[in-house]
Amino acid sequence: MYDWLIGPFVEFEFLRRALAGTTALALGAGPIGVFLMLRRMSLVGDAMAHAILPGAAIGFLVSGLNLFAMTAGGLIAGCVVALLTGIVARMTELKEDAALATFYLLSLALGVTIVSMVGTNIDLLHVLFGSVLALDNQTLLLIAGNATITLIVLALIYRPLVIECVDPGFLRSVSGAGAPAHLAFLALVVINLVSGFHALGTLLAVGIMMLPAATGRFWARDITLMIVIAAACGVFSGYAGLLISYHAGVPSGPAVILVAGVLYILSLLFGHVGGLVRLMLPQRHLEA
Amino acid sequence: MTAALRFNNLTLGYDRHPAVHHLNGAVDTGALMAVVGPNGAGKSTLFKGIVGMIKPLAGRIDREGLAARDIAYLPQAAEIDRSFPINVFDMVAMGLWHHTGLFGGIDKTARRRIDDAIAAVGLTGFEDRAIGTLSGGQMQRMLFARLLLQDARVIVLDEPFNAVDAKTSADLFDLVRRWHGEKRTVLTALHDIDFVRANFPETLLLAREPVAWGNTTTVLTPENLLTARRMCEAFDEHAAECAVPTAAA
Repeated sequence: MYDWLIGPFVEFEFLRRALAGTTALALGAGPIGVFLMLRRMSLVGDAMAHAILPGAAIGFLVSGLNLFAMTAGGLIAGCVVALLTGIVARMTELKEDAALATFYLLSLALGVTIVSMVGTNIDLLHVLFGSVLALDNQTLLLIAGNATITLIVLALIYRPLVIECVDPGFLRSVSGAGAPAHLAFLALVVINLVSGFHALGTLLAVGIMMLPAATGRFWARDITLMIVIAAACGVFSGYAGLLISYHAGVPSGPAVILVAGVLYILSLLFGHVGGLVRLMLPQRHLEA
Repeated sequence: MTAALRFNNLTLGYDRHPAVHHLNGAVDTGALMAVVGPNGAGKSTLFKGIVGMIKPLAGRIDREGLAARDIAYLPQAAEIDRSFPINVFDMVAMGLWHHTGLFGGIDKTARRRIDDAIAAVGLTGFEDRAIGTLSGGQMQRMLFARLLLQDARVIVLDEPFNAVDAKTSADLFDLVRRWHGEKRTVLTALHDIDFVRANFPETLLLAREPVAWGNTTTVLTPENLLTARRMCEAFDEHAAECAVPTAAA
């Protein structure tokens, strides 16, 4: 049992690094995912993940698989798209989803083109699916740093963020904190996607964000518990996914997301709050 | 008596079309005032102007030293996401925003004030209920509890008794009366003319143009109500520019 569950992590350093990376990633991305879901912006995360691609690709173009160049490029591209989307949504008739859809499709096409022009297919795979088993010190620090920033900033903007989700009109009438909180939140989305990009690649980065959040929705009626469940679920997916990938010899990034997916499907079926089985089972109604 | 709000040749509207046209006058501190008029008369627009959500097209509103936090506003259709996982207690607690701000905690005193407000609207026992499980009337009660905590000097209620039953509107109106007794200024948009006659000393009858404003009995005459009803609702796409000088006196 020990050999199976813990042994691999004791034996191999790269697995320990990968575990540290996915754990930090899940701690930051889980809470962000919950807010994305509650703000009905679940697909925004997906779109943003693609939006950072051209920036990272240009970083790659300039200096190869260099952490700082790709991160800086990704951050800049992500922030530019987030800001443009926020501005377009607030100032024109286009809603946030439509504004974002236009930008992210452009970004994805541009990013893949740039990487293919200069890199090999291996590079492209790296960009698309990440390399959680090859996290170096710098990347690990970046992921951990992003998770730390995420949790601190989220604590700072938590109240206006929640109120803006529930009753935006009320927040506007008592405070001007809504817009800055919203922008700070979008920035957090971007830095978490950059983290996710390094570990899981541009296509799967959102998985560690949205699947645990959706899982939490089926077990909690209040947002605090939902956040805790989402983070815990993400951490567990990282651990179990790496383990399965080690024992079964499947690629680790997809394995992590698949575990999160299995947890989600189980919750969808058996969840305490609105799970399908509970909905289908004939239950006697109460007296009052 | 001092004025809480003063309208100075105020015109409010959308895309240059006036929805409230050349309104002059003052709301006294401590007034209990009804704003009455047909749909599209500009009641909601006037309230949005008062709370600063829209800027005047011309003229101005003098808030006589009131800060934004001194005006509490209950919109006609609050844009509340009822599926959001938050309970009644936390929702009502938002009313303490000006005490707690971004980071302030909720201590024992605050907790008691929240409990008192929930009790005042008759929702004791609902503290832990998710807001999505409330009925329309309970929702409105909850929003009144939040208004109670806002402790504002001016309270603006946009059709607060729409779609609630007689018992709920009577209970909620008791709170309005209590605010009036505490010398707060209360402006309420209403459709029920008989209710206004019975309960509001002062009325503004609005039909884009102010039709009459003052003592309720002198305002709500059959002639005035007929005049209000005749005013056309639709914007005239090709309306000429208004010739009345817009510069406030």
